[in-house]
Amino acid sequence: MAKNTGSSKFRKVDVDQYDEDRFVDDITESGEEGGPNETEVNNITDKYQDALLHVLQNAPIESKNQAVKDRATNLLVRVLTAFKGDIDQCVKSLDGKSVDMLMKYIYRGFEIPTENSSAILLTWHQKVFAVGGLGSIMRVMTDRKRV
Amino acid sequence: MSEKHNFGVAPVTCHSFNKDRTCMALSLNDSNVKIYKKSGPKWQETDTLSEHGQRVTSIDWAPESNRIVTCSADRNAFVWMLEGSKWKQVLVIPRINRAATCVKWSPKEDKFAVGSGSRLIAICYYDVENNWWVSRHIKKPIRSTVTCLDWHPNNVLLAAGSTDFKCRVFSGYQKEVDQKPGPTAWGSKMPFGNLMAEFSNGGGGWVHSVSFSPSGDKVAWVGHDSSVSVVDATMGNQLAVVKESFLPFMSITWVTENSMVAAGHDCNPMVFSYGEGKITVGAKLDQPQEKQSGNISAMNRFKNLDKKGTGSDTATDIKTQHQNTITQVSVHTGTKNDASKVATSGLDGNLILWDLKSLESSIQGLRIA
Repeated sequence: MAKNTGSSKFRKVDVDQYDEDRFVDDITESGEEGGPNETEVNNITDKYQDALLHVLQNAPIESKNQAVKDRATNLLVRVLTAFKGDIDQCVKSLDGKSVDMLMKYIYRGFEIPTENSSAILLTWHQKVFAVGGLGSIMRVMTDRKRV
Repeated sequence: MSEKHNFGVAPVTCHSFNKDRTCMALSLNDSNVKIYKKSGPKWQETDTLSEHGQRVTSIDWAPESNRIVTCSADRNAFVWMLEGSKWKQVLVIPRINRAATCVKWSPKEDKFAVGSGSRLIAICYYDVENNWWVSRHIKKPIRSTVTCLDWHPNNVLLAAGSTDFKCRVFSGYQKEVDQKPGPTAWGSKMPFGNLMAEFSNGGGGWVHSVSFSPSGDKVAWVGHDSSVSVVDATMGNQLAVVKESFLPFMSITWVTENSMVAAGHDCNPMVFSYGEGKITVGAKLDQPQEKQSGNISAMNRFKNLDKKGTGSDTATDIKTQHQNTITQVSVHTGTKNDASKVATSGLDGNLILWDLKSLESSIQGLRIA
């Protein structure tokens, strides 16, 4: 028999990517380096609210680059941890989109727990839930544009 | 103000009323369709239609021609006609290879549309020559299961919501059955299967239900991302979305040209109004009365404390009338243009009729314009 049956390379082929019925998200990902400006955030030491707003508004959700997204997540968790002031008032001043974005980051922050981040994130979660409600959590679960 | 009817413990998968609302067809999460007749304040079961092999997913009762169309997970649809006092069925093969999810008669009742898991919509019309229901498919560009359908009043356009997070308007024109339709706000060229418009509200979430406004100029849909969206074709397909703190809705219907009732996982129907390009959130139809907690005996109090950790009355019912998710809202009395009663059915086996007029006067902040 001339057939080469010794090769097992075929076992590593991902057949699912060749399925013609496969669902492909049609989100136009820009793939650029976007994301919040870290140095700018580091300089804001007393205006925590502004820092938070800056990170939320420049969130790199369109980016394909996972490293950019991780950097933004870490930055935001640092801002939330270092936040001094009235959390309630801060959350109340945010608009709907920002509340949803903040909730997304809180859940993303839960995924990568550090020393005491979970406790702080839980406090933030409670405050954001009071404003955003169950709907904001539903949007974290269903939004195709992941943080 | 609201009438509650219970049909057992099984969920009411779908329901449909006949023209004068004296009869109702519903399915209790199995392959049978039960016909009920109204006798006094109660519903009496008169018939069971059991031809489907698997769970019935949707029922629609045509008001004028008095025919019922049912579709099921067994990939079939049946058209039922009343002969004397018995229901006789005709099998329709929509040629789908996945379950049928929803079925709707067109306004003129000469054809019906079936949505399915095989990523297509089957439009079926009756071919008199061959004495057979023919089905034509709308496939492009649907990329996932079609979950909900609604016909435009012109009998040609069809709105479909799908699990690919989009709401689309198609043309279901059949030259054997339809006259050439006049131009509408959605476009003037309407060949069969033409995609007139496609919308997404920017997030994710399956589209659970879609509804054309009474004039056909607006489409409203609800998605699993807890949103309600409306598109107005007369304003250049302007999209208005409201994303609030409620749980996702499963069903929506227009009750006037500017107001909608949506119901879903909150177990409470809610009114929304659309005007000037914006959606305003109205009041909930179910304003629960605080239940009086009865006097518990001392022994029961200690028993509860020991067993459940709380000394008070441990009631497990939730405060709304529906005890579980509402899966369908339909207009009961009136038309989509001036509905005075809506019916909701849900996973708790209840069907509740809500009298919008009396609720409007009793609930503060409820205005249905």
